[in-house]
Amino acid sequence: MASPANSLTQRTGAVLWRRPWLRGALTLSPPLLWFLIIYLASLAVMLVTAFFSTDALTGNISHQWTWSNFSQIVHQSVYASIVLRTLTMAVVVTITDIIIALPFSFFLAKVVTWRWRQFLLALLLLPLWASYLAKVYAWINILSDKGVLPGIESRLGLPTTHLAYTNVAMWIVFSYLWLPFMIVPVYSAFERVPDSLMEASSDLGAGSWRTFRWVLIPMVLPGIVAGSIFTFSLTLGDFITPLLIGGSSSNFIGNAIYDSALNGGNLPFAAALAFISIIIMGGYLLMARWAGAFEAL
Amino acid sequence: MRLSTFTRLSLAIFAGLVILFLIVPLIVIVFFAFDASNVQTFPIHQWTLNWFSIAWRDPAVRSAFLLSVKAGLFATLIALVLGVMVAFGIHRFKFFGREAVSLLLVLPLALPGIVTGLALHSAFNLIGLPFSLYTIVIGHATFCIVVVFNNVVARLRRTSNSLHEASSDLGATPLQTIRLITLPTLSTAIIAGALLAFALSFDEVIVTTFTAGAQNTLPLWIFGAIRLGQQLPEINAVVVGVVALTIVPIAYAARIASGDRVKN
Repeated sequence: MASPANSLTQRTGAVLWRRPWLRGALTLSPPLLWFLIIYLASLAVMLVTAFFSTDALTGNISHQWTWSNFSQIVHQSVYASIVLRTLTMAVVVTITDIIIALPFSFFLAKVVTWRWRQFLLALLLLPLWASYLAKVYAWINILSDKGVLPGIESRLGLPTTHLAYTNVAMWIVFSYLWLPFMIVPVYSAFERVPDSLMEASSDLGAGSWRTFRWVLIPMVLPGIVAGSIFTFSLTLGDFITPLLIGGSSSNFIGNAIYDSALNGGNLPFAAALAFISIIIMGGYLLMARWAGAFEAL
Repeated sequence: MRLSTFTRLSLAIFAGLVILFLIVPLIVIVFFAFDASNVQTFPIHQWTLNWFSIAWRDPAVRSAFLLSVKAGLFATLIALVLGVMVAFGIHRFKFFGREAVSLLLVLPLALPGIVTGLALHSAFNLIGLPFSLYTIVIGHATFCIVVVFNNVVARLRRTSNSLHEASSDLGATPLQTIRLITLPTLSTAIIAGALLAFALSFDEVIVTTFTAGAQNTLPLWIFGAIRLGQQLPEINAVVVGVVALTIVPIAYAARIASGDRVKN
């Protein structure tokens, strides 16, 4: 009774119903092909490019296998100091954000009433999603010599600070930029800790500090590690904040990559620098996996 | 856990300071957009709406804005289709390497953006693909897929499969089941994922630097303008516009998601 077209789609449906592997393959292959052909293949191209070199005269990429990019990075002290500066900043910013996010998220998840929690979470959305460049530009307006902070200081008769284009300014701005990325996973980790566990701990005689230190911290550790993946990776790959906030003598790995790829025309050298960031981040991700952070992402 | 009044009070003060730290820079940027002076100095003496009309009439800002919207819409569309598919695949089927697939999806967000950007740049360079709207879209879609995936897979985990089985048992074709059962149960998760993906794309600057060539998206225009140190008050107006434009879909997405939590 069904029309031929209808029975055909019904038959296709039946065929698919009886062969779950076929349905699975059909739904998964387009997204997986996208990732294989575009993302992984591009990463592979970049990793191979890292072992090529650029002809100094013609600017063409010479497809001859060489370690010269890596030996240049290892042996020229300027690159060693760039890598060290980037890593130090990533670690310091991550620690700063953990120190701020822990008490804040605890307060948000376990102390305030439901209504306040909703209000504060809504307020958090703003800095989390507001444009990255808007936030960086706001800090330029705050820290520059004629900006808001020196303006307020001189009105109050205080000595004015000159933070613009310093490493301290970069530390403040990075900590500001990535703080919401730390708060969100730490907050959801606190939210998942049942209240009964905290009551049990205090019933057994632990003070609030001991409960916090020995019951809560271990339970939110995956959230902290998940947040630190973001703070670490985002600092590692940035070139805009170092350029706009840090000034001329504060190059990061990102700036070196940007300069050699887009200004210097030395793609293989940029690829070698990116290779090094992948190795650093890969090591960090392995550590995070070991700490069980992926369940918390 | 019983907290002393002192602990509660210090936590509340600390939290208030953190909120101030997070919000004040955004307030500053809004205030300066209405500052009549050419050089931004504090305190502000005179107010104006002039910078908004200057920004609105600036052809460079307009074309950058259009490019950003186009790239965002295209990237969101691709991320939507692929993100929903991979969410279904991961949720419904048990297969070898499932964990690896979820890991692969977060990789563009877990690895520094500059790595994704440079990788795509090298690949386009190798195959001789000229930079265009499509090269920007390819980069954006790649890191937007995971946003859609996360929203949809979270919803799938909370809805039961029996509805789909009942639909097939009652004689619906796969397409009918998708149209009448799957899409309605997932619709808000899909919309929220799409809004977040669009906001992410609209604001992205690091990957875009490497996939845009000589074109300017709105973030790239802002970056260039700050760097050159020209058109400073106009930047304020543009930046406030961008924040307003991204916050609206995000707030809407958050509302959908929270309504969802109450319902369940």
